[in-house]
Amino acid sequence: MKINMSHGSGGAQTSGLINDIFLKAFGNKILNRLEDAAVLSLSGKVAYTTDSFVVTPLIFAGGDIGRLSVCGTVNDLLMMGAVPKYLTAGFIIEEGASAQTLERIAQSMAKAAKEAGVKIAAGDTKVVEGSGGVYINTSGIGEVVKSGISISNCKAGDAIIVSGNLGEHHAAILAERMDVQNNIKSDCAPLNAIVVNLIQNNIAVHCMRDVTRGGLATVLNEIASGSRCGVEISETQLPVSDEVRGFCDILGLDPLYMANEGKMVAVVSGRHAKKALETIKSSRYGKNARIIGSVVEGKGVTMTTALGGRRAVDVLYGEGLPRIC
Amino acid sequence: MGPLQRVINELGGYSGEPIKIMEVCGTHTASIFKNGIRSMISPKISLISGPGCPVCVTPASYTDRLVEYALKEGHCVLTFGDMMKVTGSGLSLTEAKAHGGRAVMLYSPLAAIKMASGEPDTQFVFAAVGFETTAPVYALLIEEIIKNDIKNLKLLTSIKKIIPAVEYICENEAGIDAFLCPGHASVITGCGVYRQLADKYRKPFVVGGFDGEHILSALYEIVSQLQSGRFEMKNMYPSVVSEDGNTKAALLINKYFETSDDYWRGIGKIKASGLRLRQPYAGYDAGSAFSCNEERLPQGCRCADVILGRISPADCGLFKTVCTPFAAVGPCMVSAEGACGIWYKNSI
Repeated sequence: MKINMSHGSGGAQTSGLINDIFLKAFGNKILNRLEDAAVLSLSGKVAYTTDSFVVTPLIFAGGDIGRLSVCGTVNDLLMMGAVPKYLTAGFIIEEGASAQTLERIAQSMAKAAKEAGVKIAAGDTKVVEGSGGVYINTSGIGEVVKSGISISNCKAGDAIIVSGNLGEHHAAILAERMDVQNNIKSDCAPLNAIVVNLIQNNIAVHCMRDVTRGGLATVLNEIASGSRCGVEISETQLPVSDEVRGFCDILGLDPLYMANEGKMVAVVSGRHAKKALETIKSSRYGKNARIIGSVVEGKGVTMTTALGGRRAVDVLYGEGLPRIC
Repeated sequence: MGPLQRVINELGGYSGEPIKIMEVCGTHTASIFKNGIRSMISPKISLISGPGCPVCVTPASYTDRLVEYALKEGHCVLTFGDMMKVTGSGLSLTEAKAHGGRAVMLYSPLAAIKMASGEPDTQFVFAAVGFETTAPVYALLIEEIIKNDIKNLKLLTSIKKIIPAVEYICENEAGIDAFLCPGHASVITGCGVYRQLADKYRKPFVVGGFDGEHILSALYEIVSQLQSGRFEMKNMYPSVVSEDGNTKAALLINKYFETSDDYWRGIGKIKASGLRLRQPYAGYDAGSAFSCNEERLPQGCRCADVILGRISPADCGLFKTVCTPFAAVGPCMVSAEGACGIWYKNSI
C-alpha cells in the first residue's frame, strides 16, 4: 500500500495508519492512552533535546532512518550524563511512501528504543505532497545522573578517547547512494552501555560528545574553543577500518570529517585515561576505542601525522564532497 | 635507520641554496598538508602550488553558464561535488538550488544516463570539468549517450590539458627550480612528455605518487638532482605511470575530443591547453565555446599569482581576512584542491 493524502486527513485513515503501524510497533501504557500529551514522572534534573532526521536512502546497510532517529536523540541525552527515559516521534510522510517501508522503520525504531531503554511516549504523523520521502523528528528527555559534563570543562592534561572506528555511517550512506557494493555498515547505535559504565566506574569524565555530522575534527575544534584550550592528536591512533580508509582514499574524503552515528568522544582526567579506555573497550559498541590524544594549553587542534609531520585540523567547511579528480 | 627516516633527515637538515619546487597537482598540495610535510622539511625548501586544481582554473563565465542552465525551466545541471560550491561572477550551483534551480551532484558520469532516460522531458547538462584524468570518463559518457540514443543530455565542457600549462609556467615564470609532476594526469599522458620538458628547461621533473612517503621520496629525488646539478625526468610512481601513458584512454579521448586553445581562470588563454568535442559530436555540446572567456578576477584576489607560483596564499592581502572558506573571494579558496583553502584549513 502507498500512503496518500487521505492518510493525513485526521480521519479514519489516519487512525488506521497510527494503529496498524505506529501503535503496533511502539505501544506502551503511556502512548496507548492516546491523550493530547503524555504525562511523565521524572526525578531530579532532566536533560531534554530534539533532532530531525532526513537521510536518504531510508534504509541502508547497518540501519535505517528509524534506528537513526532513536539513536541520535538517545545519544545526545547520554552525552550530557543523562539516562534517556522517553522520546516523542513526529513523522512527516510524503505521499507515495510505502506503508511496508513505514512499518519496517517503525519496527526498527521500536527495537532501538528497547535497546536504549526508552519509551516512545507521544507521536504525530503528517502527510504532505511529494514523492515518497519520510522525515522523522524525535525529542527525548532523560534524568541527569552525572552533572557537570560540559564542552567547557576540558583541562590541559585530559585524555581524549574515541569510542571506535570513524566514518562508517558516512561511508555506508555514500556507498548506497553510489550503488557501490562493499561490506561497510553504518555504526548507528545507542551508546548507553559506554556512558553508564564510565559513570558507574567513577571515571572523571569532563566532556562527552557524540561524533555525528562534521566528524571528529569538528567535535575536537568545539572542545578546543568551548574549553579555551588546545587539542593534540596523533594520526596513528585514529581508529579507521581498512575498508573505510580505502573507500575514502578513492573518493578523496577524510575520515576526520565524516559522519558517525554510534561513536563518541570522551574527555577524561589524564589520571583516569587507562581505566576509562578499558571501561569503554569492554562496553557494547566500544571495543575499538582508542586514546587519540590529549588536551593541552593553547588553542586549536593540531595533529602529529603518521610520518611525523604536524598540521592543523580545522572544522568542516560546507559539505564534505568527493573531489573531482 | 630505515631509508624513509634517512630521506626525512636529509630533507629536514637541508642547508644548501634555497630551492623552490612547484607541486603541479592539487591532490599533491592536499597530501603535503595532510601529512604535515611542510613541517618536516628544511625552510630552505619551499613548496609552491601549481595550476592543477580543475575547479580553480575553470573560468567564472563557465560557472555562470552552469548556473544559468540550473535556473532555466525544464533544465537540470549534473556535476561532480567540487563544482557545486564555486561561484562565477554571481551565484554558485549550491546557491542556484536555493533560488529554485536544479543541480544534482553525481558520483559517476554514467549515472547521468540513468537520470536522462528517466526524465525524457528534462534537458540535462553535464558539467564536464577536469584534466586529462577525467577526460576519458567524459569520452565514455558520450559513447553511452550515443549507444543509448539519449537526446536530452549534453555536456558543457571545460577540460584542460596540464602539460601546456606547465610549459606556460616554464616560459613565463622565473624562480621555479623543479617540478613535482602530477601522478593522476601522468597515468594518462605518460611520463615521457616530462623528459622533453626537463631537457628543454633544464629543471628536474619528478613524477610522484600521493602518499606522504611517495611525496617525500620525490622531493628527495628533486633535491638530490639539484645538488648534483642534474635535471632529469624521473618516474617515482612506476606502479601506475608508464613512459607512454594509457594509450587506450588517449585513443578514446582523441576519438571524441580535439585540442583547442583554452582560457584558465585568472591566467587567460593558453595555447592548445584545452579539449573540446570534435565537430561530428558538436550536437552533444551545450555551448561550451561561448562559456569560456577571458576575465578579471575579483578586486584584490591573487588566485592567478597563487596558481602561477608567484606567491603563496598567505601573501595575498585577502587571505584569512576577507577571503575565507565561509566567504570565498577566489576559486583557490573554494575547492578541496585549491591551495588557499588547503592553507587556510591546515596551516599551523
